[in-house]
Amino acid sequence: MKKLLILPAILFLFIAASPSETGFKVGDKAADFNLKNVDGKMVSLAGLKNNKGAIVIFTCNHCPCSVAYEDRIIALHNKYAAQGYPVVAINPNDPVKSPDDSFEAMVVRANEKKFPFPYIYDVDQKVASVYGAVRTPHVFVLTREENAYNVTYIGAIDDNTYEPENVQTRYVEQALDEILAGKKVTTNFTKAIGCTIKWKS
Amino acid sequence: MKIKITLLFLFFLFCINLRGNAQSVEIVKWDYIENLMNQKSDTLYVINFWATWCAPCVKELPYFDRLAAENKSAKLKVILISLDFKKQLESRIIPFVKEKNIQSKVVVLDEPNYNSWIDKVNPEWSGAIPATLIVGGTTTTPLFFEKEFIFTELNEIVKPLIK
Repeated sequence: MKKLLILPAILFLFIAASPSETGFKVGDKAADFNLKNVDGKMVSLAGLKNNKGAIVIFTCNHCPCSVAYEDRIIALHNKYAAQGYPVVAINPNDPVKSPDDSFEAMVVRANEKKFPFPYIYDVDQKVASVYGAVRTPHVFVLTREENAYNVTYIGAIDDNTYEPENVQTRYVEQALDEILAGKKVTTNFTKAIGCTIKWKS
Repeated sequence: MKIKITLLFLFFLFCINLRGNAQSVEIVKWDYIENLMNQKSDTLYVINFWATWCAPCVKELPYFDRLAAENKSAKLKVILISLDFKKQLESRIIPFVKEKNIQSKVVVLDEPNYNSWIDKVNPEWSGAIPATLIVGGTTTTPLFFEKEFIFTELNEIVKPLIK
């Protein structure tokens, strides 16, 4: 009898933990996380120091769209960390489905590119699921209000993945410049072509 | 001398082989998709968004070719819209199409400002690929799928939509 009860409970847990269709929308309160960084230390929003927010980017090693943006993500961090908005990069991919996105491979890539920001591993994919990340790269700009974080921008980094020299609008920079100027973010949601998140089967 | 002749012969065979299989891959702009979406013929268009770098896309590509092959005499057209970087047309996309022996029509969409057109394909689309749009045939409104298909599922969806 006990077993009969356990099965639906497991099924329910499975459904509840599967990628959410909804996720966060602009204006929602963002959830904190506590995930292992490539240096072995745990990283959380609460653990960030002297910050006004964070640029949370779901990204990974293998996706060419993510790779195309690596240098621009480094530049974002270098420009905005000092102004209170550091980049926190999160790899949500299942290493069984995408071996190039294993924790070990993350360490290698972070060292090769000398990432100046944390590159953390969403090992059970819960953070990507709760945030509603669906592709890589997928950006969530968070602004801090005391100890809470508001989702202020969701979307792409800019409007040209493969040709940085032909970018017309830098969405994330535009949003951050407006936030830093105390203005309302005019474009707070954009879409881009990207790789699917490789969910565990 | 013999070797030279053999090499020449092999090269000749290679050229014939290329001519036999190769399909031309065009670079298109947004209006190409817009025209497909607005077409008023009886033909059912199965439009798949993919890229050579997208593993789940590459996995499902043969199913689209099989769908077309099994419905050769029906009013069905499969169009594979590559979202690869257009500069890789000669170095990557055309060799890929040849190597995989893709029979369906392949075009490369050159519209780097993704945010300007993703919603026009379907507002529900997040931008992740593979994604498939089905228009025409017996459909009343376009059908959109942001997912990876297996053949049976694709076939079950498409079959009743053919006029």
